Amino acid sequence: MYLKRTNPFMFYLQRVLFYVLVLVITVYLLFPFFWAVLTSFRRAGDLFLPPLQFLTAPSTLSNYTQVFSNPNFQRGLLYSVIVAVASVVISLLLGSFAAYALGRFKFRGKAFILYIILAVSVFPQIAVLGGLFTLVQATRLFNSPVALIFSYLIFTIPFTVWVLTSFVRDIPGELEEAALVDGASPLQTLFRVLFPVMMPALVTTGLLAFINAWNEYLFALTFTSSNRTVPVVIANYSGASQYDQPWGPIMAASIVVTVPLIILVLVFQRNIVSGLTAGAVKG
Amino acid sequence: MTTKATPPTAVAPTRRRGIETARARQAIWLLLPTLIAIAVVAGYPLYRTFFFALHEANLTTPDQRTFLGLGNFWFTTDEGVPLGFLQDPKWWTAVRNTLLFTVVSVFLETVLGMIIALVVNSAFKGRAFLRTAMLVPWAIPTVVSAQMWAYMYNDSFGLVGRGLLGGQALLANTDSAIWALIAVDVWKTTSFMALLILAGLQSLPGDMYEAADMDGASRWTQFWRLTLPLLRPALLVALVFRSLDALRVFDIMYVMLGPVNASSTSMTGYARLAMIDNSQLGLGSAVAVAIFLIIMVIVVMYVTAFRVKFD
Repeated sequence: MYLKRTNPFMFYLQRVLFYVLVLVITVYLLFPFFWAVLTSFRRAGDLFLPPLQFLTAPSTLSNYTQVFSNPNFQRGLLYSVIVAVASVVISLLLGSFAAYALGRFKFRGKAFILYIILAVSVFPQIAVLGGLFTLVQATRLFNSPVALIFSYLIFTIPFTVWVLTSFVRDIPGELEEAALVDGASPLQTLFRVLFPVMMPALVTTGLLAFINAWNEYLFALTFTSSNRTVPVVIANYSGASQYDQPWGPIMAASIVVTVPLIILVLVFQRNIVSGLTAGAVKG
Repeated sequence: MTTKATPPTAVAPTRRRGIETARARQAIWLLLPTLIAIAVVAGYPLYRTFFFALHEANLTTPDQRTFLGLGNFWFTTDEGVPLGFLQDPKWWTAVRNTLLFTVVSVFLETVLGMIIALVVNSAFKGRAFLRTAMLVPWAIPTVVSAQMWAYMYNDSFGLVGRGLLGGQALLANTDSAIWALIAVDVWKTTSFMALLILAGLQSLPGDMYEAADMDGASRWTQFWRLTLPLLRPALLVALVFRSLDALRVFDIMYVMLGPVNASSTSMTGYARLAMIDNSQLGLGSAVAVAIFLIIMVIVVMYVTAFRVKFD
């Protein structure tokens, strides 16, 4: 502020440079996505146009109609929703039981269990791929969404347990003690007393686990052949011939699976940031 | 495994001890479903991976296997043909590329993330917007960002491939592809790094900076002498987690380069090509064991170095 009086030139130069930096950062973060959105509205023949003409070329919805009428993509969306929702529901349920025990009960071996859960959360998925594949084959679950629902627990469970445990620890003990004095069982206490308090944490962890399950690629690619989830469908999206990459429809499909996530993330912004930092710091 | 609850030395009224024993038993029941799930989806498959790593086995007929010991790791036939993956130059190319990818992308993400976090942490018009914009690259699925960038790198359509580089196929050659992949990863995860650093910045005490201003310390000095040392713990945690993610990278390589070229740019891609595409379950499992051990060693180093404690 002193600078404004003593050396106005330097002051305004600094301001301008700062806003240039802000602009550069914004463009860097958003431009690739903007370009994908733009491409999704362009006709196949216009993709060759130089950038400026491409920008002003006529828009079309044909890529979107093509994507939505593609049976593989329709099935992909359905299976993605089923798999992501089911694995999130299961891991929230099991995770909140575990988090309640780890956050509120004292017992021997607790640190050991926490170490195991931390170890699983940093597991490279490739380390269990072969073992899971033979398991999936032996139980005849290959190509079934059930195989994905269960295999996704490997990353959704440790994550939900971690974030929920740190949350349960911060709930004041009086709430639970009152229920205990009234003779409530642990499950009654969990469902009647703690769940309502835990709602914001359940929504946040559920959402983050959902995003991870929605995006998963390696297991979905390996354990299914025709009942693919959307990431695999998008990665394998092919055109009329092997050498023709239909970029318009690929970008349209990409936008379709991304926009719901972006909306969810923007709506739950604050929770997401706190959940992310809690999850990253604690495993 | 943990049914005994009350420590023998605890001097507590019997009633209280009774409650504690009961609660310890209840805790086991609450934990049991999670422990079973972890055993089924992680423990048993991991055991199988270690088991198959010591056998020669085919993916389609895993029951017809022969014990090989460490042969998948280091095996030379009687004719002197090297078959173990540690003797395969392609594995070492994959290791070298993965390490390059990890070091460069995590370094760039940290520097850029720090710059973005410092900008967002200062007061200016449009700060809320930038904070929101930061979440966009992170929210985009990895496969989608891989396809988006594959399109931008395309030599006949892409803004980068045709526009900036005049029709060079950046992804066709592994040596140039690795830099293109680093750019994708940096774009996607810098904002995540920036978020973690921003959270650290906002927990720093403001009065300290006032004191530094009084003493006449420049912004530059304040950053190196105050911000950076205080941010160190948060920064280290973010670094370790990003490095672990980068070491097990798979999606971007596989989607942008295809199975074969992905196997010489990422360790995970190499393992998957052997295990699934080539059906060599034993060899692929051995590679997976190697990756698992590398990552676990880093985790143990991290846990001991930062004295992570659980109560």
